[in-house]
Amino acid sequence: MTSMILPPKQPAARRFVFVAMVLACVVLSPLAVLSGYGLDVITEIMIFAIVAVSLNLILGYGGMVSFGHAAFFGLGAYATVLISTRYDVSPWLGLAGGVGTATAAAIVIGAFCVRLGGVGFFMMSLAFAQLLNSGAIKWRPLTGGSDGVGGLLRPELFGFDLSDAGPMYLFTAAGLVGVLLFMRMVIASPFGHAMVGTRESSLRMDAIGYQTRRIRLAAFAVSGAIAGLGGALYAFYNGFVSPDALSFGMSGMILLMVILGGKGSLLGPVLGAGLFLSVKNIVSTHTSHWLLIVGCIFVACVMVCPDGILGFGKRLFRSGERR
Amino acid sequence: MLRLENISKAFGSLVVSNSVTLDVTAGQRHTIIGPNGAGKTTLINQIGGQLSPDSGKIFLHGQEITRLSAPLRARAGLARTFQKNTLFQALSVFENVRLGAQAAHGRTYDLFRSWRSDTGVLAQAEQAIEQMNLGRIAAQPVGKLSYGDLRQVEVAVALATSPTVLLLDEPTSGLSPSETAQMIDVLRALPREISILMIEHDMEVVFSIADHITVLYYGEVIASGAPRNVADDPRVQEVYLGAPQ
Ligand SMILES: Nc1ncnc2c1ncn2[C@@H]1O[C@H](COP(=O)(O)OP(=O)(O)OP(=O)(O)O)[C@@H](O)[C@H]1O
Ligand SMILES: [Mg+2]
Repeated sequence: MTSMILPPKQPAARRFVFVAMVLACVVLSPLAVLSGYGLDVITEIMIFAIVAVSLNLILGYGGMVSFGHAAFFGLGAYATVLISTRYDVSPWLGLAGGVGTATAAAIVIGAFCVRLGGVGFFMMSLAFAQLLNSGAIKWRPLTGGSDGVGGLLRPELFGFDLSDAGPMYLFTAAGLVGVLLFMRMVIASPFGHAMVGTRESSLRMDAIGYQTRRIRLAAFAVSGAIAGLGGALYAFYNGFVSPDALSFGMSGMILLMVILGGKGSLLGPVLGAGLFLSVKNIVSTHTSHWLLIVGCIFVACVMVCPDGILGFGKRLFRSGERR
Repeated sequence: MLRLENISKAFGSLVVSNSVTLDVTAGQRHTIIGPNGAGKTTLINQIGGQLSPDSGKIFLHGQEITRLSAPLRARAGLARTFQKNTLFQALSVFENVRLGAQAAHGRTYDLFRSWRSDTGVLAQAEQAIEQMNLGRIAAQPVGKLSYGDLRQVEVAVALATSPTVLLLDEPTSGLSPSETAQMIDVLRALPREISILMIEHDMEVVFSIADHITVLYYGEVIASGAPRNVADDPRVQEVYLGAPQ
C-alpha cells in the first residue's frame, strides 16, 4: 500500500553503508591514535553513555524523570562482581547475572514507581536507590560495606584478553553500538510510539485503550536492563564496585548527562556523557571542587539550550539553513 | 448498545448525576443537552471510565462495564472525545490518529518492528483521516493547529479505534459557522454501525443530527425522546429554553 500521508522512506541500503563506514572510522581511529590511558578514558565514557541512553528511554521518550537510575547501574555492577568472584564462575555469567538482576529489580521497583506520576515518581525512584545504597553499605558480609568489593578479572573474548585497553575498548564500543541500534529500533516500534503517547497524555492513551501503567512498566524494565548492562561493563572495566555506584551522586550524574546532551534524541545522552566526563576529567586534575564547576557549566547549558546540546545544535543548523 | 441504570454521582454535596437512566440504541444519534454545569461532561466521564459513579450500573453490548478500567472499555468498543484538548501535542496529526488505530488493531508491545510495518494500522488511520478530511494537515504537529482543526482531530483519533459507540463532548464548541457546518456533514456521514452519544450546545447542530434528545438539568434527566417531543415538552421549555418559543 502506498500512502500520500506518510513521509517517503529514505533509500535504506545506501544510508546503511554510509552509516556503517562512518561508525567504523569513529570507533577504529582512537585505536590508532590513543595510548592505553586514552582508550580507558573513552571506554569509561562509552559505559556511561550506555547508562545515559538507558535513562533517556524512560526520561526522554517515556516522560518519567527518574532520580534513582544508579540503582540499576549499581545492581548490575555489584551482581557482576559478586557472581564472578564469590562463585568462581566465568565473568560472562557474572555479566548475564548483572543484567538479569538489574532487570528483575527494575520490574519490582518499577511496579511501585509507575503508579505515580511526576514528582511522586521522582521521589519513589530516589527512595529505592537510597535504600539499595544504604543496603550496600550495611550488608558488609556480602558487599564489603563502604569499601566495596573487587577482584574481578576481565575475561577473554575470541582469544583477545579484555585486560588490555584495546580489546576492552572495542568490546565496550560494540556494546554501545548495539545498545544504540536497539534503541533506534525500539523508538521506531509500535511500543516506542505508545511510550511517547503516554508521555504526551496518559489520559488520552487510557481513553483510546492503552494500559498506560503496563507500558510504563515495560519501558522501565527495558531501561533497567540496559542500565544493568552498563553496570556490568563498569564492573569489567573497574574490577571493583563500591556503594558510590548506587549513590545519589551517581543518579544525579546520569540524569545530568541526559539533560545536558539532550533528552528524547538518540545520540544526545552519548554527547552528554562525553561532555560531562571530559569536563570532570580535565577539571578534577586541577581542583577538587570539580563538582562545583560542572554544576556551573550545567546551569549555563540549561539556560542557553534547555533542550540539550543536540537540540541546540539542531536549532543552530536550522536557523543557518533559513539564512 | 449502551445503557445507564440509575447512575448517581456527587462531588461532596454537589449532586452531578442524579439517578440517570439512559439508553443508546444501535445506530442512534443520541444528544444530551443541558445548561452549563448540568453534569454532562461528568456523565461522559463516568461512561468512559475516567470517573466512577457512586451508584448505578453501566452496560455496553449487554455486558456490565461499571467497574471496568477506561482502556478496557475502549477495547470493548467505546470511544470518546474530550471537551478540553488532551491530544498528543508533540506528535503530528497522523501520528495522533495512528496511535488510536494501533490501540485497537496493533501490537503495542512489539519492540522489534517498525511502526510502518503494520499496514492494517496504517490503513485504519488513513481511513479515519479521510473520514474527517484531515489529509491536508496530516503531517503537521498537533501543537500548531487551529482550534477548529483540533476538534476534528479529536474525532479522528476516536474514530481510528473503530468504535461501536462514540461519545462526543461538544464537538462543535468554539467552531466558526463554516467549521460547524463541516463538522455536521462529517458526523452525518458516519456509518450507522457506530452509535453516537453526543453532548451539544448548538441547537442547529442538535436538530440536524439527533434522532433522540435527553435533557439534563442539575444532574437529572428531565426529558428524553424524539427531538420534536422534547422541544415541545413544557418542562424543558420552562427550565432549559427559558420561555416558550
Ligand atoms: N472533579 C470535580 N470536582 C468537583 N466538582 C466538579 C468536578 N468536575 C466537575 N465538577 C462540577 O460539577 C458540575 C458539573 O460539571 P460538568 O463538567 O459535568 O458540567 P457540563 O454539563 O459538562 O458543563 P459545560 O456545559 O460547562 O461543559 C459543575 O458544577 C462542576 O463545577
Ligand atoms: Mg462539559
